[in-house]
Amino acid sequence: MKQLTKEYIQKRKKRSELIKKSFLYLLLSILGFTFLLPFVWMLSTSLKEPGQVFVFPPQWIPNPVVFRNYVEAWNAVPFGRFFINSIIVAVCITTGQVFTSALAAYSFARLKFPGRDKLFMGYLATMMIPGQVTMIPVFIIIKKLGWIDTYYALILPGLFTAYGTFMLRQFFLTIPKDLEEAAIIDGCSRFGIFWRVVLPLAKPALATLATFVFLGSWNEFMWPLIVTNSMEMKTLPVGLASFQGLYTTDWTLLMAASMIVLAPVIVIYIFNQRFFTKGIVMTGMKG
Amino acid sequence: MKTKTRKNWQDIIAGYTFILPNFTGFLVFTSIPVIASLVLAFLSWDILTPAKFVGFNNFITLFKDKDFWYYLYNTVFFMLGIPLSMAFSLFLAILVNQKLKGITIFRTIFFLPVISSMVAIALVWRWIYNPDFGLLNSFLRYFLKQQPQWLSSTLWAKPALMFMGIWNGAGYSMLLYLAALQSIPEDLYEAARIDGASAWQQFRKITWPMLSFVNFFVIVMGVIGGFQAFGVQYVMTGGGPAGSTTTVVYYVYNNAFQWFKMGYASSIAWVLFIFIFGFTLLQWKYGKKAGEYY
Repeated sequence: MKQLTKEYIQKRKKRSELIKKSFLYLLLSILGFTFLLPFVWMLSTSLKEPGQVFVFPPQWIPNPVVFRNYVEAWNAVPFGRFFINSIIVAVCITTGQVFTSALAAYSFARLKFPGRDKLFMGYLATMMIPGQVTMIPVFIIIKKLGWIDTYYALILPGLFTAYGTFMLRQFFLTIPKDLEEAAIIDGCSRFGIFWRVVLPLAKPALATLATFVFLGSWNEFMWPLIVTNSMEMKTLPVGLASFQGLYTTDWTLLMAASMIVLAPVIVIYIFNQRFFTKGIVMTGMKG
Repeated sequence: MKTKTRKNWQDIIAGYTFILPNFTGFLVFTSIPVIASLVLAFLSWDILTPAKFVGFNNFITLFKDKDFWYYLYNTVFFMLGIPLSMAFSLFLAILVNQKLKGITIFRTIFFLPVISSMVAIALVWRWIYNPDFGLLNSFLRYFLKQQPQWLSSTLWAKPALMFMGIWNGAGYSMLLYLAALQSIPEDLYEAARIDGASAWQQFRKITWPMLSFVNFFVIVMGVIGGFQAFGVQYVMTGGGPAGSTTTVVYYVYNNAFQWFKMGYASSIAWVLFIFIFGFTLLQWKYGKKAGEYY
């Protein structure tokens, strides 16, 4: 008798577990579907004949499937050039920012020199100032230097941030000092210690900052919008926006262009999913 | 002793050299511009003709500028999406925190809009919101005789952008909530279950208080980000119809780079800064308190 009820309870437990699980999967699938809907709709529209988009009810699977839109969009504006510009700008900003931030952060964390703490306070204070405040004077400086519509304008102002310095300094403070002291006794120079001891230890923090900076500059919209005029100097986001200006309601072309811009990022993201998400939590919460 | 002072000197020299590259950039692109911006706020200048000192005139004009107040209202209106987005993100986080097979696939999907290019996302949503042939109205046609005009309507444009913003950003907060949920020690729940606490009581008394830090963080970052809203509005509506989606930063952009009123634009940027600064101070003051829970 006792055995029986035990079995019965277990069975019921298993069943309610199963119901709970299927309910969760159903809910997740509905939500997942809603999240994917705009992407699927983008892909679907991009493969349609222009006339097909005005059909009611809307068709999810295009008939016929055409790739013409991609060719036409690609030839209408220099997307290849936008890609190259975006890569150049993002790579330069990322390497530059990580390197100069790491150097400065190490100095703030470990080296004693007069005025260090006051300087650091100055860095901290400017972190609160929104980019829109400095944007106008920086634009004027760039204009006076004749750098509008050049890589200098796109890259240089992005090279230095207080944020990266702050984040890396906090990380360097957590590295035990003994390691460096051992290197000092061995007669290593300060730069040698930084390069050979500290940087390798800081790899996870550097990678996180790099991902964050790269994504930020890859998606940056306002600054490239302000400092570029010619098609040849535009980055992807601004290039796509000006493509919209040319083909306001040619939905098949607009969606094909959006796919061209989105697809590489989505592919990279899916293959490095863990890396992205971990980095974002780290910089989000602890930075 | 002698070697020690030499070491100190070396450290001082190294200290300055290490900072130099970053500091130069910091000086040219941050410190000097901040001061310059403050000076500009008291000038009337179109870059081409010599600048004129106008005292507090820019701020007085701004105070009386009906457009500015309307755009500020729009900006704050968009921020009403923050609590909605938080509730939704927390819901998603609880869902993807379940131990189920293939759950990472759903995490990946919910996070997808976050890493996607804002302009591409904005374009597809403009298409979805299209009043005549868009996906949304094609669907609504089954239920409503007259569908909202969405982005061409002064009434619906703001909620439409807000809704899109929730879809776009939910994955980011979801991830923060997820990290927080996973850091709550399991024994707390076990102890509560032994005491006979219901699922809701467990959420109310354990989960919710443990999330206070993330809640706070998400609100503050949301508000700071909300004050800086620009790109989506620029791409999707151009600030219209009739200025109903123009934000404060959009107004700064128009003044500075369309109408070349550098002084006036700077004064708006400074007022914006004061708002953001207020919220950052709040964060510092209460954030530390909320952090103690954690």
